[in-house]
Amino acid sequence: MMASSYSAKEEDGHHPGASGAGGAAANGRKPDNTAFKQQRLPAWQPILTAGTVLPAFFAIGLIFIPIGIGLYVTSNNIKEFEIDYTGTDTSSPCFSCYQNFSWNSTLPCKCSLPFSLDQPFESNVFMYYGLSNFYQNHRRYVKSRDDSHLNGNLYSLTHPSKECEPYAHRDNVPVAPCGAIANSMFNDTMELFFVHPNETRSQIPLKRKGIAWWTDKHVKFRNPGGNGDNLTAAFQGTTYPVNWHKPVYELDADPENNGFINEDFIVWMRTAALPTFRKLYRIIEKKSSMTPTLPSGNYTLEVTYNYPVHSFDGRKRMILSTISWMGGKNPFLGIAYITVGSVCFFLGVVLLLIHHKYGNRSSSPDIAS
Amino acid sequence: MLRRRLNHLFGGDEKRVDSRTIYVGHRQCPGTEAFIAPKFCDNRIVSSKYTVWNFLPKNLFEQFRRIANFYFLIIFLVQVIVDTPTSPVTSGLPLFFVITVTAIKQGYEDWLRHKADKEVNKYLVTVLEDGRRIRKESERIKVGDVVEVVEDETFPCDLILLQSSRDDDTCFVTTASLDGESNHKTHYTVPDTEKDLESLTATIECEQPQPDLYKFVGRMHIYRSDQDPAVRSLGPENLLLKGATLKNTKKIYGVAVYTGMETKMALNYQGKSQKRSAVEKSINAFLLVYLCILLSKALVCTTLKYVWQSRDGQDEPWYNQKTQKEKDAYKFLKMFTDFLSFMVLFNFIIPVSMYVTVEMQKFLGSFFITWDKDFFDPEIQEGALVNTSDLNEELGQVEYVFTDKTGTLTQNNMEFIECCIDGFQYKNRDSCSELDSFCVTDGPVSKLHEKAGREKEELFLRALCLCHTVQVKEAGDMETVSEDQIDGLLPPTEQQKGFIASSPDEVALVMGAMKYGFTFLGLDSKTMKIRNRQNDVELYELLHVLNFDPVRRRMSVIVRSKAGETLLFCKGADSSIFPRVRSEEVDRIRVHVERNATEGYRTLCVAYKQLCTEEYVEVDAKLREARLALQDREEKLMAVYNQVETGMSLIGATAVEDRLQEEAAETMEALQEAGIKVWVLTGDKMETAKSTCYACRLFQRGTELLELTVRTLEDGGRKREERLHELLLEYHKKAVQDAPPAKLGVRRSWVTASQEYGFIIDGATLSLVLNSSPEASSTRYKSLFLQICQNCTAVLCCRMAPLQKAQIVKMVKNSKGSPITLSIGDGANDVSMILEAHVGIGIKGKEGRQAVRNSDYAIPKLKHLKKLLLAHGHLYYVRIAHLVQYFFYKNLCFILPQFLYQFFCGYSQQPLYDAAYLTMYNICFTSMPILAYSLLEQHIAIESLMDTASLYREVAKNATLRWGPFLYWTTLGIFHGLLFFFGVRCLFSNPALQDNGQVFGNWSYGTIVFTVLVFTVTLKLALDTRHWTWINHLVIWGSLAFYVFFSFFWGGIIWPFLQQQRLYFVFANMLSSVSAWLVIILLILLSLLPEILVLVLRKPRGPHRRQKNPGQSSVGGQQSTQASARPLLMRTFSDESNTVR
Repeated sequence: MMASSYSAKEEDGHHPGASGAGGAAANGRKPDNTAFKQQRLPAWQPILTAGTVLPAFFAIGLIFIPIGIGLYVTSNNIKEFEIDYTGTDTSSPCFSCYQNFSWNSTLPCKCSLPFSLDQPFESNVFMYYGLSNFYQNHRRYVKSRDDSHLNGNLYSLTHPSKECEPYAHRDNVPVAPCGAIANSMFNDTMELFFVHPNETRSQIPLKRKGIAWWTDKHVKFRNPGGNGDNLTAAFQGTTYPVNWHKPVYELDADPENNGFINEDFIVWMRTAALPTFRKLYRIIEKKSSMTPTLPSGNYTLEVTYNYPVHSFDGRKRMILSTISWMGGKNPFLGIAYITVGSVCFFLGVVLLLIHHKYGNRSSSPDIAS
Repeated sequence: MLRRRLNHLFGGDEKRVDSRTIYVGHRQCPGTEAFIAPKFCDNRIVSSKYTVWNFLPKNLFEQFRRIANFYFLIIFLVQVIVDTPTSPVTSGLPLFFVITVTAIKQGYEDWLRHKADKEVNKYLVTVLEDGRRIRKESERIKVGDVVEVVEDETFPCDLILLQSSRDDDTCFVTTASLDGESNHKTHYTVPDTEKDLESLTATIECEQPQPDLYKFVGRMHIYRSDQDPAVRSLGPENLLLKGATLKNTKKIYGVAVYTGMETKMALNYQGKSQKRSAVEKSINAFLLVYLCILLSKALVCTTLKYVWQSRDGQDEPWYNQKTQKEKDAYKFLKMFTDFLSFMVLFNFIIPVSMYVTVEMQKFLGSFFITWDKDFFDPEIQEGALVNTSDLNEELGQVEYVFTDKTGTLTQNNMEFIECCIDGFQYKNRDSCSELDSFCVTDGPVSKLHEKAGREKEELFLRALCLCHTVQVKEAGDMETVSEDQIDGLLPPTEQQKGFIASSPDEVALVMGAMKYGFTFLGLDSKTMKIRNRQNDVELYELLHVLNFDPVRRRMSVIVRSKAGETLLFCKGADSSIFPRVRSEEVDRIRVHVERNATEGYRTLCVAYKQLCTEEYVEVDAKLREARLALQDREEKLMAVYNQVETGMSLIGATAVEDRLQEEAAETMEALQEAGIKVWVLTGDKMETAKSTCYACRLFQRGTELLELTVRTLEDGGRKREERLHELLLEYHKKAVQDAPPAKLGVRRSWVTASQEYGFIIDGATLSLVLNSSPEASSTRYKSLFLQICQNCTAVLCCRMAPLQKAQIVKMVKNSKGSPITLSIGDGANDVSMILEAHVGIGIKGKEGRQAVRNSDYAIPKLKHLKKLLLAHGHLYYVRIAHLVQYFFYKNLCFILPQFLYQFFCGYSQQPLYDAAYLTMYNICFTSMPILAYSLLEQHIAIESLMDTASLYREVAKNATLRWGPFLYWTTLGIFHGLLFFFGVRCLFSNPALQDNGQVFGNWSYGTIVFTVLVFTVTLKLALDTRHWTWINHLVIWGSLAFYVFFSFFWGGIIWPFLQQQRLYFVFANMLSSVSAWLVIILLILLSLLPEILVLVLRKPRGPHRRQKNPGQSSVGGQQSTQASARPLLMRTFSDESNTVR
């Protein structure tokens, strides 16, 4: 495949009769006879022709179609259940909460939604909340945070960046955590109950750890003054965001999951790419290999409805999903792979026909030496 | 051209203040009143542009005058002032980089200039002051100082030579650093000045400084206590120019007349006008398109933003309140700043780095021309020279080549072939014949067995020996003889002698005379010594030299023989001699002259006249008077010359052969095959030029020649204008209307059925065509003429004045379709056309270095033009065209996803990519592969390009930078951009992409798109690369590796200087997701699929085939096959020269 070096050619031809006076004396100005300077670097000169590309097309087809089928099957095997609990519909149990939302109400509005799973969820189940028409990727919103503040920097804690405006100060007291993202943190709480056939309910344990990126939890987000015990003291001199109901150091009882390193908070702080998104809320771990994590049957979702979406026509969803090696349910990849694989295969066949029919003239080797 | 313009410019000056008066040695002269020291500028040379304190503002101002830089500055300022999505750093950093690099480069160059200035200005010179010799710094020389210069020193300012250490009151200088002419020139002291400079009291009156190196007019008044002031004329022969070097002379004294910036050297220090290449025009056109795209994108986004915001709850939802300042902002101002923000967000579509890369490509690429050893000429020990790198790609676009004949097509290495005395032909083929072998019977080929009378013979040979300005190089300093003079040709007995002359014809003639027994021994204080055939030395007093000039086309000398006869010998072109001699003599010689001219020789006629004493006295007086004239000296001299050179009798004619350049015919043939039209523009006469054209195979046997010369015009015996009109129409009918429309790309074959036409026009007719009557007919003539010429395979324009050459070039340049023109020449008379054409090429010939200095590229030989155009030009064009298209493409598919993202983020100008990626994309991730490609790509091997000249047609007419290919690339960019964005968009319909159920955010989205983008764009280039050297491998795989490495690094650390750690571990997390991998691979493949298909389905090209068997293309074998395959034409010099070589 490598072009032969041109050394043979460099010898001949240039100055056979140049034996004139001083020919040897002033050779200093003669250009160097190096391969680079003479543009004669040995080079590989690939030429794509039907002959080389045909096998590649078939290979791509043969590789992609199985991958695609694999992906498609995997995606189809993922169990996913989605329920909209916004309450826009009058028949919805959350309708009153949706309608009568007020920032000032001290009593949380609660609603419970019954649903049933037709098929059991075998492996670990991941519980997501989904929001629609919520522009977490709006520029004003995305930049409204202070990462050094969130990293536990004591100076930033009391001097939030001006990017956080108008959520940097409340009555001249610095807000922690500052910014629009933190301020609008999703604060609906959801609880899941299995309704036994005998109408008794048992709460399904939801794991609240392991939902955020490991690096975010352990490096990027840090409580001021280290992850010490006395968070209340660490956040002295700051106040909580205007739309919150409680300070940041009361997010969770577990000190490993409180303050800035609260995983719900960290998950929320990773802004979504699109206005319709889902975020991981809880994990339902498989307890034993014998019973499914979520057996088929009736369930109730208890929602503490704190988060208003009415004003911007938003929607709220709860999603239960199992996860495969490729992530959540998404048939796109599988279909795309199958399509591309088939197209390649088809092209391969077409090219083969063309090549076979008119190939005689280009029957020579396809790669120039 | 330039000089002419400058003359014009300074001519005005001259009229305002006529002349300056200089007091030699600052001594007051009797007769003048109070001595007022005139104020002249000091002798400091300032060639630097900047000083320490004005460097920054001045340089910045110069740089921001470039439209592109200014645009980026505006974008940067917008980013600083307005709240924009990307930080000012993203566009400020590249701009800063570009500006800094340019400033450093210019600063360094200026520092070098400062250093050179200082070296010149601080140089110690010896000045005579009040009888003492004082050493002082060169910059402190004042006008009027008497300066001493010793051998091999350069003159510190323009001096009038007062005294020389040589006996004959001359000195020798070389002006190599001024005009590149390396021969020694003789300068003369002012006649009859006192030997004692102490007692010399004189004033010099001379014109104000002007840049023409060869013009000087002055007058010296010498005051002696006992006499009236004597007046001496001063000419350029008395003026020693700053920058020239004293040679062969121990020391001289001179008085400074022009100093510092008023010296001719400084006045000549002018930058050349900048030429812009066609590619740059294409870039600008594309830029405009992209600017429109940019503006419309910003406009669409702004409009949609306000439409979207007008819906309830979208502008300011509770979770995303505006700051008080934003709320207060005036609505229309807000709209405007939104528009600007979008502009800034999308401004990467016009990348600052493209300009840097293009500049770098051009600069570095031009090295390949200088490095090319095929351009190295062992004779002059020099290779090609690149004066400007801006026009590399233009070499691949040439449609018209205008070539000079003498020195370009021919070697300008004259050899005396034969002479004709009194109508009898003398031919001496054997160059090493004995001294006494001068008789016709010895000549092996002569058919005429008679010869002219002995007196005539001797008179003719004496004329040859006397009528010239040749100098004899003294024995002893042979080492300084420039090699390209006539060393090798000397007969063994005269080995120690060399001749130096400004024109090789003269040397050839003197050598010719020597062969026939008359040897010129030298000029010794106005006495010319000749050794005649009897080995006696004859002495002639040289009275006057009537110099050669191209307008008169002749030169004369007036000498007085020992016997007291005053003789005028004149030699010159036949057209300028014939009207001045008796017509009956003419007839006998004309036959020979014309026959010689058809054979391609240069002919000169020799005439003489005897001046009686009265006549001479009158002539002498007139000449002296004219020489003393301070104004219009040239015109006056010319008038006297014309007056003197009349009534002569013709004694003979000479024929000097100017051999064709090596491979001239092959080169011309290749150029024609490449679809380039070759026009020969020469000052020579038609017959000579025509035969050269035949020899170069510009005209073929079957070519029908359309002549439009003075001769054809006068044929009909009618008015010239009418005849011209008639002929033009006739030719037009023949060549344009009746000719079958030439199909584009049809290869010219040797057995073509269609008639080929050659066109010949001469200078007089051309001026008739170009500036005939003031009516509309002149433009009509012009267009007719142009149409005829464009349909001819070759055009010959003879008897051209330099300015006419430029006129023709200009006419073609401005004709329909504005074809790219190239001028090639070697002499000062070609400078105007070299400057006029799009690309000017100088041949490092023997007529000095003026052409080289004014050219864009200089090559040692004509034959190098073939490789320069067919190989280098073609490759450079393809490279830069690809570079430009690729740059626009890669930025389109870079920015398109960003634009599409606006539809999903509420038109909030949220960037899709991180700022680091935005900045680095063009600087680091994708710049090196394209730079390497644009330097190294050889889509067709150089050998194939050289072998198959018709490949040049593939890129003709800006083929790969026209709208078609541009549209293709743009479509490709749009396709890729759409694919990247929506592919990832589909993936993100469920952002839970990791196997632990965690979700990806917006920065992951951007990073996936960006990764696909970088890989696709780089691999697209890899697909286009036909020539993979290790450098290509290194930069292509290297930049991909660098991207991955950088992304890890950038995301791996909490950067303290960053406000937001947006990319913290985003890349690593992306790589931990199988889905992300799969989508990246899928999208890259899908993007490249159409490209691969196009590549496969495009029909395989011939040249690729050929390079498979490199053994076939050995240089020697090919030439022989070519030579034998072609019909042997008349008398081809080139075949001869091939064998001699």
